[in-house]
Amino acid sequence: MKKITKAMELVATSRIAKAQARVEASLPYATAITGVLTALASNARIDHPLLTPRERVRRAGVLVVTADRGLAGGYSTNAIRTAESLIARLQADGKEPVLYVVGRKGVTYYRFRNREIAASWTGFSEQPGFSDAREVGETLIKAFSAGADDVDGDAGADGVLGIDELHIVYTEFKSLMTQTPVTKIIGPMEVEDRPRSEGLGLLPAYEFEPEAEALLDALLPKYINTRIYAALLESAASESAARRRAMKSATDNAEEMIEKYTREMNTARQAGITQEISEIVGGANALAASGSEV
Amino acid sequence: MAQQLHVELVAVEEKVWSGEAEMVVARTTEGELGVLPGHAPLLGQLAEPSQVRIKQAGGQQVAYDVAGGFLSVTGAGVTVLAESATPATPAR
Repeated sequence: MKKITKAMELVATSRIAKAQARVEASLPYATAITGVLTALASNARIDHPLLTPRERVRRAGVLVVTADRGLAGGYSTNAIRTAESLIARLQADGKEPVLYVVGRKGVTYYRFRNREIAASWTGFSEQPGFSDAREVGETLIKAFSAGADDVDGDAGADGVLGIDELHIVYTEFKSLMTQTPVTKIIGPMEVEDRPRSEGLGLLPAYEFEPEAEALLDALLPKYINTRIYAALLESAASESAARRRAMKSATDNAEEMIEKYTREMNTARQAGITQEISEIVGGANALAASGSEV
Repeated sequence: MAQQLHVELVAVEEKVWSGEAEMVVARTTEGELGVLPGHAPLLGQLAEPSQVRIKQAGGQQVAYDVAGGFLSVTGAGVTVLAESATPATPAR
């Protein structure tokens, strides 16, 4: 048993390193796309549906990122708890929450409680690829666009009940010891419309191919996918870290237990030996006593 | 050549290529274009599928097949953003 938990601890440790490396590897792209978006935003008018807050928010999408497997301490539970408090807050605001779940643990949790899940994805929580993030992102963006023409419980022209707001709950990797679940709003997006004098100084006047609006159309979904991908990666790192810690304490517990039982076994054996000796001694004494009588 | 372009080719999961080059050739949705040092700032969406060719000093050339890509040209250099980029079979 100790060997199993020790092995899992080691696997989790190597996965943390791998996940962190992937977080780092995805950074150049994230930086570049943010830069491009900023340049675009400061050159073009922003009135894209993905950027404008809706007047009335009726349905709010919540994407919860959990683990596929257990044995990771409170990792999934914490994420779900954070999601639950977000949902309660949304409901208090009169918004109807719509659930999107990543990870088998979250799916099981909500299914057991007979809660409706709009969509779920499983099987990649420890090692997410960008294609996974894109799949999630495309579903969410579709739902978000479909929500644009909904009127009070009526699906609107496109016949699809969409969402008007999009939140994501994932676990931030702070350090090996600390991982905190956080909630972020990713739709409508907040683009910082920085004054040009800040930052890099004058932003150059760009030429656009194709038109700026068309570019924004193509770029924004990619940006959302990137954000989701980053969230998935961080969650994966956090999950491995949580599992490593859980397995570490399990290994320690196993060691303690082995020590305790070894001691108990030795005590029992010693007791047996002592008993045998006293029986032999008693028997010899009895023999000697009966022999002296003859 | 005196001037060089600083080129970065980044895919979502990793940085694919970065270095100095003389010219970058790519095809946007509007048409094929070559970027030389001193090109005006430009933001473009790459055609689907598209090949990005990077010509280095000394006549060497690297080419990548790029999907879901964007091209950003600034005074500092050229950045190609891609969802995926794989080395293309060389030559042509």
